[in-house]
Amino acid sequence: MQLQLFVIILFLFSPLVPQENAGQFFSSGHTNNWAVLVCTSRFWFNYRHVANTLSVYRSVKRLGIPDSHIVLMLADDMACNHRNPKPATVFSHKNMELNVYGDDVEVDYRGYEVTVENFLRVLTGRLPPSTPRSKRLLSDDRSNILIYLTGHGGNGFLKFQDSEEISNVELADAFEQMWQKRRYNELLFIIDTCQGASMYERFYSPNLMALASSQVGEDSLSHQPDLAIGVHLMDRYTFYLLEFLEDIHPSSKANMNDLFKVCPKSQCVSTPGHRTDLFLRDPGSALITDFFGSVRKVEITMETINLTEPIQQVEQNFVNEERQKETYSYVDQLPVSEIIHQKPKQKDWHPPDGFILGLWTLILLVFFKTYGMKHLKHIF
Amino acid sequence: IIVGVPLWWRTTETYRAWLPVSQINELSNLQLQLSAEVEVVFARGTVTPEQQKKVPLTQIQDEEHTVDGDLFINAVCLVVTKIRRLQGNICLKCVFSRGHSFEVQDMDVYVGQRRTALLRIGAQMRVGKTLDQLLAHLEPRIKQVLQVMSFSHTDISAALSDRVRLSPGNKESIADSMRTFKSSPGYEITFSLLNPDPKSHRLHWDIEGAVQTYIQPLLTKLASVANFSIDSQTLYYAMLGVNPRFDSSLSAYTLHSDSLAHVINPVEARLGSNAASSNPVLNFLLYVPDAHHSPLYIHDRKKQEVPSNAFHSPRWGGIMVYNVNGFYGPEAVFPVDVNINMAKVMGVFLAQLRLLLGVQSSTAPSGFLVAPCGSNGLADWELDRLMWSRSVENVATATTTITSLAQLLEQIGNIVINDNIAEQVSSAVTSLQLAVAELETGNLRFALQYSKEAILASERAFFDPSLLHLLYFPDDQKFAIYIPLFLPMCVPILLSLLKIVSDARQKRREKQAKKD
Repeated sequence: MQLQLFVIILFLFSPLVPQENAGQFFSSGHTNNWAVLVCTSRFWFNYRHVANTLSVYRSVKRLGIPDSHIVLMLADDMACNHRNPKPATVFSHKNMELNVYGDDVEVDYRGYEVTVENFLRVLTGRLPPSTPRSKRLLSDDRSNILIYLTGHGGNGFLKFQDSEEISNVELADAFEQMWQKRRYNELLFIIDTCQGASMYERFYSPNLMALASSQVGEDSLSHQPDLAIGVHLMDRYTFYLLEFLEDIHPSSKANMNDLFKVCPKSQCVSTPGHRTDLFLRDPGSALITDFFGSVRKVEITMETINLTEPIQQVEQNFVNEERQKETYSYVDQLPVSEIIHQKPKQKDWHPPDGFILGLWTLILLVFFKTYGMKHLKHIF
Repeated sequence: IIVGVPLWWRTTETYRAWLPVSQINELSNLQLQLSAEVEVVFARGTVTPEQQKKVPLTQIQDEEHTVDGDLFINAVCLVVTKIRRLQGNICLKCVFSRGHSFEVQDMDVYVGQRRTALLRIGAQMRVGKTLDQLLAHLEPRIKQVLQVMSFSHTDISAALSDRVRLSPGNKESIADSMRTFKSSPGYEITFSLLNPDPKSHRLHWDIEGAVQTYIQPLLTKLASVANFSIDSQTLYYAMLGVNPRFDSSLSAYTLHSDSLAHVINPVEARLGSNAASSNPVLNFLLYVPDAHHSPLYIHDRKKQEVPSNAFHSPRWGGIMVYNVNGFYGPEAVFPVDVNINMAKVMGVFLAQLRLLLGVQSSTAPSGFLVAPCGSNGLADWELDRLMWSRSVENVATATTTITSLAQLLEQIGNIVINDNIAEQVSSAVTSLQLAVAELETGNLRFALQYSKEAILASERAFFDPSLLHLLYFPDDQKFAIYIPLFLPMCVPILLSLLKIVSDARQKRREKQAKKD
């Protein structure tokens, strides 16, 4: 509350007292942006979910978030699918207007790596130490994170790759763990599935805002099929969301209230819902670019340090001295001569393995069965 | 049943190693006591000989501050002062041999490069005043100096801003806390030279030598705080992404401060980083404008030229624009060889580095003259300041981590707690207790070391990959698992039990009938 008060005061007095960049800081309180975009379906008939995620990815990149700050999880089996009439493309508009696959898609988790476990690990940060930087969510307490999920869902769960599901309680717990470790400043959660509103019912951590494409009991519908490709290309909610985002540029001042108006019932058939009670700021003061873009705060460097010492020459011993000649020799990749002239190795004796033993036991049993036990005496 | 039930219980329970829960709960009610030792020296002539004898030798002052919000921590600042009289003369001119004159009228305090500060007593306090008045006059001024040089309430609150969302006391302190990087065991510094026009300029920069001479001393001094690794790279054909405007009055191109925010993003995609580490990265970019857009100046909000021609972004790094059009005339043959003046460049980068690491505080209060930092780039008292705030920050973060981990593990009964996690937690708890003890006595180095160990151990325990809570079983799912197994078995058992009961009842009825 007090932060907002400062903002108002600054704006009132700015023509009189030219403030330095301190004023810019207080509008949002974040210094960097991250995005976690997840598509939870695979198979060719779920083309639209991949197109959904890729269009959000494209918008987010266009508005400024770099690849190093985007964690993209896709099944990624659309572009090179045998049934794709135009390979290496994923279209989002019919008549193949917009190829969202593009040239520089960087998928961090693809194929079978998109699992509930990996998703939760990315969110909570509990990744094995061998995970590379591009697969981690390295956010801090001043990061705004955008999380976008799409796929098939139900009342209280979301289906991952046709084999497992994540429940809304698990998701709420994961967000709470993120909050405990201060891994986000503010979080925007968008979900485009059937009965999507059930997924944000259980949130209880502060600074979360959630949007869903349909209420409990409703289905989210897809937008339009493309006859050449043969499947539905996008879901309605994300289609209108994409249209809305195309009008946003990095210095736009559109706020969250505009986002809530995207895709009314007349266009979407389902009723989109949103939840802002956990969000501490007024949604009208949160800019779209606070989450979808990455507008950096900048300060002019006022002071410099006067350095007067000359540069010391870095000790470069190895350049000045004579390079020692190392003798190199060519090493055979495949030591052919050794192989040819090899003596045959003595094979170690192994006791007979299971199959032979079993066979012998079978023969013995049959023998004793037919001839009776009294013959044992003759053997032993 | 006697054998089966315990066996079933043992095999289905999860392994949970023992955690020092009581100690962790103690930690959450943390009381931090920070003490700094101060020695006050009176120069000859300030105190009369009779007063000298009555000066108390030690004086302890403590202040209690509560950090608002969750009320987890009461920070108690304790100041122990030793007062003694200087034998002999102070040679004031020796101190100021750099040529500064202390006769600047409005400067009352001079803060030196190591850990000394010189106060000037006001003229009205010269002679004829009693000792108590003298001391009463000195106390608040000494406190002020102490707050600048070691820690103040705002500094500690800013360091604890992780746990408590500050009610904004001071705009600058919030900007400071947003700008400086969070405490981390290591940082990566990357120097990049952006050359958008290699056809015109062939740039040479002696980055190795410059880093060795100018940056490395600072980092060596900060070695107790964190590890630093330095890289450098040159990027060709990297444009700014913003079109500068041509200002005919200056016959130069200008970048207005509003467009600076959009400069960073297009460049960041090409910068790259070390894939192996998860340490925060500080990027310092040196941009040499192309020949058609030289010279390029940055203007601030008041449309004035910025002398350093550089800007920085909180928690990211800094960018400096270096104009080279002055090095060659219009008849030069392209490409032109240009040697970059690394001293000037590193002066700017060093200043930005100090700001981003939290070494540089916001402006000192009026009446203070601060000596410029030496060749190390860091005054001793600035290092102390940093160590205080880092220790407090580490202790606070580690405490939060451990308490929330304990809470989480208690809440979710299904998580497996391995032995190594319990070990990390115990070691984090002991390190925390040691760090708090060291902070009380004022041993900064040990406190920082213990706090770093505590943070490492607590982070390792919290982020252990085995703690993933995937064992969420709602109760109805538990029933759904067990019923198909046990129901068919239970049916004959129940039926036979019923039969036994009805048989026993019948027998009893027959017995009664027989008796009658």
